[in-house]
Amino acid sequence: MLSRVKYDLTMAEAARGPGGARIDLLVVAAMVDHGARVLDVGCGDGELLRLLESRGVDGRGIELSREGVNECVVKGLAVVQGDADTDLAAYPDDAFDYVILSQTLQATRQPRAVLEHMLRIGRRAIVSFPNFGHWNIRLQILLGGQMPRTRNLPYAWYETPNIHFCSIKDFRELCLQVGARMDQAVALNAWGRQMRLKMPWWFWNLFGEQAVFLLSRRS
Amino acid sequence: MAEATTTLDLADRTREADHPHSPVVRFAADQPLRLDAGVDFAPLQLAYQTYGTLDAERSNAVLICHALTGDQHVVNTHPVTGKPGWWETMVGPGRPIDTERYFVICPNVVGGCMGSSGPASTNPATRLPWGLDFPVITVRDMVRAQAMLLDHLGIDSLFAVAGGSMGGMQVLQWAASYPQRVFAALPIAAATRHSAQNIAFHEVGRQAVMADPDWRGGRYFAHGTNPRRGLAVARMGAHITYLSDAALHRKFGRRFQNRDNPTFSFDADFQVESYLRHQGITFVERFDANSYLYLTRAMDYFDLAGDYDGVVANGFRGTPTRFCVISFTSDWLFPTSESRAIVHALNAAGARVSFAEITTDKGHDAFLLDEPELFAIVRGFLEGAARARGLSA
Repeated sequence: MLSRVKYDLTMAEAARGPGGARIDLLVVAAMVDHGARVLDVGCGDGELLRLLESRGVDGRGIELSREGVNECVVKGLAVVQGDADTDLAAYPDDAFDYVILSQTLQATRQPRAVLEHMLRIGRRAIVSFPNFGHWNIRLQILLGGQMPRTRNLPYAWYETPNIHFCSIKDFRELCLQVGARMDQAVALNAWGRQMRLKMPWWFWNLFGEQAVFLLSRRS
Repeated sequence: MAEATTTLDLADRTREADHPHSPVVRFAADQPLRLDAGVDFAPLQLAYQTYGTLDAERSNAVLICHALTGDQHVVNTHPVTGKPGWWETMVGPGRPIDTERYFVICPNVVGGCMGSSGPASTNPATRLPWGLDFPVITVRDMVRAQAMLLDHLGIDSLFAVAGGSMGGMQVLQWAASYPQRVFAALPIAAATRHSAQNIAFHEVGRQAVMADPDWRGGRYFAHGTNPRRGLAVARMGAHITYLSDAALHRKFGRRFQNRDNPTFSFDADFQVESYLRHQGITFVERFDANSYLYLTRAMDYFDLAGDYDGVVANGFRGTPTRFCVISFTSDWLFPTSESRAIVHALNAAGARVSFAEITTDKGHDAFLLDEPELFAIVRGFLEGAARARGLSA
């Protein structure tokens, strides 16, 4: 359920940066300071952790799927088999500089509790997720009258691991509710490229296919 | 005539304990092993095997800790049984613990019966086997003795410590007691403490040994007897706990042994009965009954939290060691929940830890068997650690 592998980033996959890394992961990695201690929740096959470690970050991961964990350990990454919904509680306060939830939020049973744990365990949290407020998704419900399916979100409603979709607007509200400060927000368009223009939130919510938020605790 | 047979038997049975087919270190009386029981034990003898070559920086040593009924003969022919070493799938040239790359050391644990001081060793004061006069030892005592051996061999820092079951307990104890000496730790199918159920199983085994009239209050050597039946029953019971219902069904099902119908007797009608009897009989040929009592006791006493104010994480605070914890889905003796508890403690201590649960129906013994996923993980973990330590490929 947590596995990023299961969330098929077909389009974003196509968009890769100069080093061959996925753009959305590069956006996340750019938010992390050199030398920081990082926990990647739902780290999949360890692509982001590898990217971070190549940049001098001390990374750890949690991954639900056994295949993902084993792939990571074989790569020499420090990854434990576990579930974000149940296992974050075992981590002490302030254990990490950053806790990252990359393309996994929508697959958790309790997104709010997960986000609260992230902000407890780490000084800062980075969350990336597919934006359910995107025009294409709105249009599918409006005109098609069916649960939307896109190249990025190919599952039928009855078999999707993604049980808690939200829009950028929804996520901003959750951040306010849990007392998180939004230090940075980036939207990626349908081609996985960063939307550089300083646009208002409603524009991002309509045209951003993915969002990446850098959060910190409101002290 | 009977007397002569007995004497021969005694000499035969204590030979491996005192003069094993392995290198030994005999520590002088002024170098005792300080035991948790509050005794300074001397003279201490430790038997060990090594494989591979220690590099010039003395940085590639891997300590292997054996399990309850294992010994130091990891990848060489066993001197008593003539069988291959117990971890040939994992250790050797080109294996995950690659003896062409790492210098592998495996000592027989204190309390064992294959050349390290134990109840079958000769007590120099009486010139008879120690028997129950041997002090009760703990996992921490085993690890302390191993540290003395490494000091003797001039190895300050271990690249890795690896072991399954009781061996995994020693791995955890190593990392807790000597964090600066352990670069990487691989506790497999282990726990931070022995569970009540496991203590219960051990107690049944010990009672089986002690109920055998040939045990003679532990002085069977002096009486020229050997509690074979008791130890065999203990082994049979324990062996079931090392497997799983699924594995037993896959291997034996309800099939009959060399017959088509039940005999309506208490003969070993079923294959599984025959298999267990065989396990029991072969075990007593190589293992000392008192040693079995001592080592099961050591496992029962193991409780890392007890040494650190009831909090396992306190034992690992600020540890520089990197850990790879491994469990098996069908292991009901050291279930995944126990490994998860290790991981939670290590997380709480901020340790660098990996954890993988391997899908298999082979139960606790899976760590000794052909499990490709296990090998891939151990190999990958050690390669990552070797890069981090700057070991040459």
